[in-house]
Amino acid sequence: MDFNLSQLRTLEAEAIEIFRDAVSQFERPVLLYSIGKDSGVLAHIAKKAFYPARLPFPVLHIDSTWKFREMIAFRDWFCREYGLDLRVHVNEAGRAAGVNPFDYGSRKYTDIMKTQSLKDALREGRFDVAFGGARRDEEKSRAKERIFSFRDRFQQWDPKNQRPELWNLYNGRINPGESVRCFPLSNWTELDIWQYIRLEKIPVVPLYFAKPRPIVERDGALIMVDDSRMRLEPGEVPQMRTVRFRTLGCYPLTGAVESTASTIEEIVAEMLETRLSERSTRVIDHDGDASMEQKKREGYF
Amino acid sequence: MDDISSYLDAHEKKTLLRFLTCGSVDDGKSTLIGRLLYDSKLIYDDQLSALREASGTHGTAGAGEIDYALLLDGLKAEREQGITIDVAYRYFSTPRRKFIIADCPGHEQYTRNMATGASTADLAIILVDARHGVVAQTRRHAMIVRLLGIRHVVVAVNKMDLVDYSEAVFNKIKAEFQDPGSLFIPVSAKCGANVTARSRDVMPWYDGPSLLEHLETVDVAASRNLSDFRFPVQHVIRPDLDFRGFAGTVASGVVRVGDEVTALPSGKSSRVKRIVTADGDLPLAFPPQAVTLTLEDEIDISSGDMLVPSANLPTVASAFRANLVWMDTAPLVPGKEYLFRHGSAWLKAFVRDGAKILFAPSGGAPLALNTIAEVVVETTRPLAFDPYAKNRATGRFILVDPVTNQTSGAGMILEGCERQTTPEAKVAHPLLPVFVDLAAAPCLVIGNGAEAKRKVDELRRYSAEVAVAETFEESDLDGKTLVVAATDDNALNARIAALCKARNILVNATSDAAAGTFFFGAERDGMAR
Repeated sequence: MDFNLSQLRTLEAEAIEIFRDAVSQFERPVLLYSIGKDSGVLAHIAKKAFYPARLPFPVLHIDSTWKFREMIAFRDWFCREYGLDLRVHVNEAGRAAGVNPFDYGSRKYTDIMKTQSLKDALREGRFDVAFGGARRDEEKSRAKERIFSFRDRFQQWDPKNQRPELWNLYNGRINPGESVRCFPLSNWTELDIWQYIRLEKIPVVPLYFAKPRPIVERDGALIMVDDSRMRLEPGEVPQMRTVRFRTLGCYPLTGAVESTASTIEEIVAEMLETRLSERSTRVIDHDGDASMEQKKREGYF
Repeated sequence: MDDISSYLDAHEKKTLLRFLTCGSVDDGKSTLIGRLLYDSKLIYDDQLSALREASGTHGTAGAGEIDYALLLDGLKAEREQGITIDVAYRYFSTPRRKFIIADCPGHEQYTRNMATGASTADLAIILVDARHGVVAQTRRHAMIVRLLGIRHVVVAVNKMDLVDYSEAVFNKIKAEFQDPGSLFIPVSAKCGANVTARSRDVMPWYDGPSLLEHLETVDVAASRNLSDFRFPVQHVIRPDLDFRGFAGTVASGVVRVGDEVTALPSGKSSRVKRIVTADGDLPLAFPPQAVTLTLEDEIDISSGDMLVPSANLPTVASAFRANLVWMDTAPLVPGKEYLFRHGSAWLKAFVRDGAKILFAPSGGAPLALNTIAEVVVETTRPLAFDPYAKNRATGRFILVDPVTNQTSGAGMILEGCERQTTPEAKVAHPLLPVFVDLAAAPCLVIGNGAEAKRKVDELRRYSAEVAVAETFEESDLDGKTLVVAATDDNALNARIAALCKARNILVNATSDAAAGTFFFGAERDGMAR
């Protein structure tokens, strides 16, 4: 017996350790469930960490009201299936004002319906630690993110004022009103996520797999016309194209990729040959150089 | 798709190697990492084109060349200054292994970041610029690497292209470094020489492995501690009355069903009944598996305790010597109470006066940010630990400032030592034992709790003029010879002590002997602490 754990089981063990540690240090944890594949892995591991007990915290979805319909249906099914205590939060003021990505632009819309909404939900729930599925390999400014990421009273992230994080001795000390965002999947890569979904047979939203879908092309991005709220330009007619999504978000802001990959193996095969990194299909990241860092400072996940 | 399935199976079963890279400014560290990522085909095309764009604005490489360093410097402020100011983590894999790189900045003021990166690493790559050889920073990097217990060290002598790939230069640096335990590799990150593959064309005289070959094959598993089972309990899982499990990660050693274990600090023993995971029970568990143990007997164990073999106990002591890296902009204050984290436990601790400085940054205050010192730490209750050299998992701790909550210090335990229970331990200088005649001296005790009452009773045996103030006003101090601040409010006691010192009144603060000017004999005998 060589007592070696595979890299994937090592990552799983590390994530379990982080969940348990946060629960031992905080009063009111919550898991941010975004319905995507990383969230699915996060919820799956959280369940393992507290087995055979139930999850000692609720899961929270920030509904921007512009998610793909299939995501919402999947969310409700997944949370029932996993026995999760799902809370859904919508920025009602934003909804009443009709905030949408067309009239307000992706930046302002994201701020109101996602960033502000998330901050409101965390404040109203008095959550002191929020688990998220962010990975350090996703984007440059995330590479320096801590596993326990401190947020001030205004839920802002200050890259200059991050606490050193040594060994597995996470510092969860905060004053009232402050909080921590905790990222158990920090050290996972996109390939690890798919690998783990395959190994553990974790269900994912069907949008990840290729299928003919109604598509319009906007500035080179393939946007799916998911419902009648989509604003079509004069003369624009959705075309059925075989596409899939590498990341999921608000449908008017999430570009599809042309693909015929309909299994995890095919997705991985495509990924290995791919010419685009994962977040490049997200419109909001391209609002300007260093835009993700800016959003993170403001409180975005 | 069979290919992909077998590819995935292989990727899943790869081992993981965590390493850090450190070097001085402009040693070409980011370029080296960029090269490793690039050559292992993980730099995607769109990242590359964004990079070409950014190189035009900020890059220092020539026109048309790729500045690999820009790929890595994530944060906006750094991009503007052109320096890496925080530890950044990178990921890549080869058919043989998966790698996590902790990319540590070289600037002197960021020693704390290097310690951070080193804390989770199995191997360290120290970069040396072939043109400059071993500089003071190189030695400090080597010292931190050694201090943090990293057994596998690679010295990458970079920019060999700028010294005509000279064997003599390489050998000179090797001799200067004087560390036979390290592996020396001559490389050129910019040209890719000896990075992923051996470059016999330009360095025929070098017969060792390329950097990547070494990373892929080095056996780090052998340096793990598999002999001393240690299990810090993180969380007690109790879904119903029939199940009581202790959740945690095996920090070191191996545990098997039936093993006799002792819970610390209680000292109660039992046997392991089950090793529970969501994927079924295990017959044994080893590091770093995360499991839940159930025991044969119902003994009281809570989060922060540690399970160990009854036949192989760690040291239990409340004072120990340790190497400490100071990471806070506020200097270390001997005698000050800090929060102390070790394993899954939070305690309180203070550092005794008399630190032995191992490294002091130039121009800083004593015990300032980035100081490395050997100190004696005392904890408020006994701690179960092993020396760091024997067990990295149970020999490490952090100190956290109780007011700012900053992670202030990182420590590695050397060995236990005798505890000094007296308040002198907290004071920086020797104290004179005296007998004072208080018969006609006006004394004042402030506070209304049990502690205040005890002090009043004690003082009345010596003085006819003992006044009691249940609440405090500054004018209460007028005309007093001796004052005892015994309120429940530590901050108030400290304020009273400061006021008395300013007026030359003898003062004792019951909550913190070091804040006052005298303390009682009974405290010295350990009754108060």
